[in-house]
Amino acid sequence: MAKITFIEQNGAKHTVEVQEGVSVMEAAVNNMVPGIDADCGGACACATCHVYVDENWRAKTGKTEAMEESMLDFAYEPKDGSRLSCQIKMTPDLDGLVVHLPEFQG
Amino acid sequence: MPDKRASERIIIIGAGQAGAQAATSLRLEGFDGSITVVGEEPALPYQRPPLSKAYLQGNLAKERLYLKPDAFYQKTKIELRSGARVLSIDRLAKTIELEGGEALPYDKMLIATGAPPRRLKAPGAALKGVAYLRSIADADALRPRLEKTIRLVVVGAGYIGLEVAASARKAGLAVTVLEMEDRVLKRVAGPEISAFFEDLHRRHGVDMRLGVRLGSFEGVNALESVKLENGERIACKLALVGIGAEPATRLAKAAGLDVDNGILVNEFACTSDPAIWAAGDCSNHPSVLFDRRVRLESVPNAIDQAKVAAANMVGRHVVYDAVPWFWSDQYDVKLQTAGLAEGAEETVLRGDPDDQRFACWSLKGGRLLAVDCINDPASFVIGKRLIAARAQPCVKTLADPAVDLKSLLS
Repeated sequence: MAKITFIEQNGAKHTVEVQEGVSVMEAAVNNMVPGIDADCGGACACATCHVYVDENWRAKTGKTEAMEESMLDFAYEPKDGSRLSCQIKMTPDLDGLVVHLPEFQG
Repeated sequence: MPDKRASERIIIIGAGQAGAQAATSLRLEGFDGSITVVGEEPALPYQRPPLSKAYLQGNLAKERLYLKPDAFYQKTKIELRSGARVLSIDRLAKTIELEGGEALPYDKMLIATGAPPRRLKAPGAALKGVAYLRSIADADALRPRLEKTIRLVVVGAGYIGLEVAASARKAGLAVTVLEMEDRVLKRVAGPEISAFFEDLHRRHGVDMRLGVRLGSFEGVNALESVKLENGERIACKLALVGIGAEPATRLAKAAGLDVDNGILVNEFACTSDPAIWAAGDCSNHPSVLFDRRVRLESVPNAIDQAKVAAANMVGRHVVYDAVPWFWSDQYDVKLQTAGLAEGAEETVLRGDPDDQRFACWSLKGGRLLAVDCINDPASFVIGKRLIAARAQPCVKTLADPAVDLKSLLS
């Protein structure tokens, strides 16, 4: 099991515990974290599961692939640390991960 | 004063993507009356797209298909009546009757019954080994058979057929695809996209037969071969039929609602009965953007229309005008389509299909109607925005990969 903390724009925190192998998007949806729509169900097709990975965790969450990069380009207010949460799979290394939620999903 | 809506009862028939979305959206809209979602399948509401892809390939656990965990429905007081079949709707009494005799009262209702696969009417179609794919149960039945079979014959080269063909090739099966049209995906994509997918599947070893008609399925107790109209026989123990879907309108029709290729709704997703809405694959709505009635079979349509229906069910006045979009994953290729190409007079290619990355833009009188994108999400996202804006983009820019598409948005 690994912990993820989602932080809303208003500062509200949601810490959830999930099994390794699931995506950060699924962790949010399954634990009723608000603000992650995930309309396409994790197919990297819709950019409605956009998050900002906390600065301290960016090295560990790895690089974005080309498809994700392009989709992010059009998400609502992309910035450093922007990721599609469906494309981050939880590993033991990511236990304690902190991500911030955008104000809106594209 | 207590809110009058707190005592209202909403029934949603159909626990698919649209039904589940509407239930969630009703709560987000602040509706605090009762919500009952009646679904025929035993499982929690789930996403169907992986059934022909990751789930069929054994790469996704069943729990991960569920749209929300069970706890979500408890917390939001959404009552799920899974494995329950609705027999009829009584619009005068405002009740529905379930199999087993139970009657449930409603004040407002959403019909989201989807569109099950069209059945093939060919001799032998009832033989064991002739399969369809819509539900988890269908996928669970299909998967072990894929493991035991040498050759799969796919009837119909639409999304489902081609996705299953790709999954079966990944699993090492020999695959023959039969399509009566002269190109694959004819109903949903332009010729350039069809040619690309035909070539993609051929390169992955699929035996692609276009312009052929199926004669019959042959076998004593179970399928042994597929016979084409031209007399050719293809030995196989498993055939997957993917020849389109038909809207589930039986209940609506019997209840006297207006039905014509789907349950007719207005731009607010409301049916001919002001207490009944319909959303998703089963509904037929006036497209504000395309100025004609359409019935769409897609997850985004189910989600977006259900959100609109939910808003209007609580008394808001929201028009459904989202740009239709679709996606498909086959091998390492992602197809994303925005808009509807029907009626296009001009197509413009951006990029080279040989690079496995290109977009095909469909226009009419200068206006962009649709864009099909192969591994090209930038064209998809920008295309979707241009279509929403009824834009007449510069064709030279569309055709030139060296020019940034973002320049079209300003």
